[in-house]
Amino acid sequence: MSYTVWGPTASLETLRARADLLSVARAFLAAAGVMEVETPIACRAATTDPAIESLSTTWIGCGRAALPLYLHTSPELAMKRLLAAGSGPIYQICKVFRDRERGRLHHPEFTLLEWYRPGWGYRQLMAEVAEFIRSSLGQPGLGMEILTYRELFERGLALDPWEADLGDLRHCALVQGIAGVEELQLGRDGWLDLLLTHSLEAGLGIGRLTFVCDYPPSQAALAHVREGPFPVAERFELYLEGMELANGFQELTDPEEQRRRFRRDLERRRCAGVTPPPADEAFLAALDAGLPEASGVAVGIDRLLMVLTGTRHIDEVLAFPVERA
Amino acid sequence: MANYTTSEFRGGLKIMLDGDPYLIVENEFVKPGKGQAFNRVKVRNLKTARVVEKTFKSGDSVEAADVHDTQMQYLYNDGELWHFMDQETFEQITADAAAVGEAAKWIKEQDVCNVTLWNGSPLSVEPPNFVVLSITETDPGVRGDTSGGGGKPATLETGAVVRVPLFVQTGELVKVDTRSGEYVSRAKEE
Repeated sequence: MSYTVWGPTASLETLRARADLLSVARAFLAAAGVMEVETPIACRAATTDPAIESLSTTWIGCGRAALPLYLHTSPELAMKRLLAAGSGPIYQICKVFRDRERGRLHHPEFTLLEWYRPGWGYRQLMAEVAEFIRSSLGQPGLGMEILTYRELFERGLALDPWEADLGDLRHCALVQGIAGVEELQLGRDGWLDLLLTHSLEAGLGIGRLTFVCDYPPSQAALAHVREGPFPVAERFELYLEGMELANGFQELTDPEEQRRRFRRDLERRRCAGVTPPPADEAFLAALDAGLPEASGVAVGIDRLLMVLTGTRHIDEVLAFPVERA
Repeated sequence: MANYTTSEFRGGLKIMLDGDPYLIVENEFVKPGKGQAFNRVKVRNLKTARVVEKTFKSGDSVEAADVHDTQMQYLYNDGELWHFMDQETFEQITADAAAVGEAAKWIKEQDVCNVTLWNGSPLSVEPPNFVVLSITETDPGVRGDTSGGGGKPATLETGAVVRVPLFVQTGELVKVDTRSGEYVSRAKEE
């Protein structure tokens, strides 16, 4: 007699809702003329982003030494290689993997829906994302608002994220009553992330879709930076019911700028004492060959399913969370 | 003592903060998709029982607290301190009123208690779930008197006061649930 827990954590009704959501997503994108693609899950290169850790495995090939393979944290780089190859608009629904992330809204493997629109601006893509969410939730009348990152901080905290120095940010966190601020040692973006996650996020997207856009260039990731007196990264995040649901970019297409960002990421990882993973040379070569101007977005399907089913914990929408995997 | 990194945090873990031992009550992982991860925790100070919140940068580490529970026999009170003995090693320790707390009103000599030790010193004492104590004082119950819900207060040999049924008299032994402070039954001498 074994007492091992074997049953799913999601109800069968929720698993049915997952199946329906995936059908709706495929139908929506097919109708929009976007082609479904598949790219490798196990890759020879890994993300350089210092805030994201890859899981890895080993490939024992034929006639060669064992090779480390990294499970993708997003299909972004491979999909951009397809764009550079002239694929036109594409989407992918796949499992992605992130180490060291586990909690109410995090699970080491989760489902992303990612799509790219060559020739589109990121604001145009935001409108399509809103349409997609409305259609997947069956709420055609769901309203939307667009806030810039600066407006968000100015309205919510009376703080200008471009002007505030470390002292201002720490002081703001103290005034907000975030527990344990006295002992925290953070950089600028760390403080901004703290304020965003602890003081602002919970109030975003209540009863409507809230897009936050135009991030500080230091948080550009793979987004194009628009120059000006206050340069902004053309990046957006979608929030619904206080939860981050999607992240999108006006894609960076400049290979030299991309190389600089990879180098900076790898340098940060070295400083943090983390062995840097191999940067994606094939992706850089594709940028050299020419990536069309494009916008892209990744939507967290598990979290969208949480909104759809009114559940509070990601385990409630997964058949078998990692502890039962 | 070992260290724990935030990825090892979970309810029940005992850690050191500002020189005091704490128990993690709740651990919440918070992270923007692209950005700094945090662990927001609720922790209980094991000396004062006060619950506070803390925020850690994920990846930070904290010292583990050398806190563990052990069964010890209560020997006697010397007027100020309570003396306990480990029944296997015969090692004796003393606990002050802050550590003994509420347990003081339930325990009597020979009782085996759960003692929580931090670096070898008692942090708290839990009495057995059930104790048998004699009644030192209670009103002689009047048959048919149902005022006070059919019970009456009785003072026990340890000084604790519990409500007992009217038929229970001074000098009798009663069994009490120390978790609720309620009378369970009359008891016989063991």
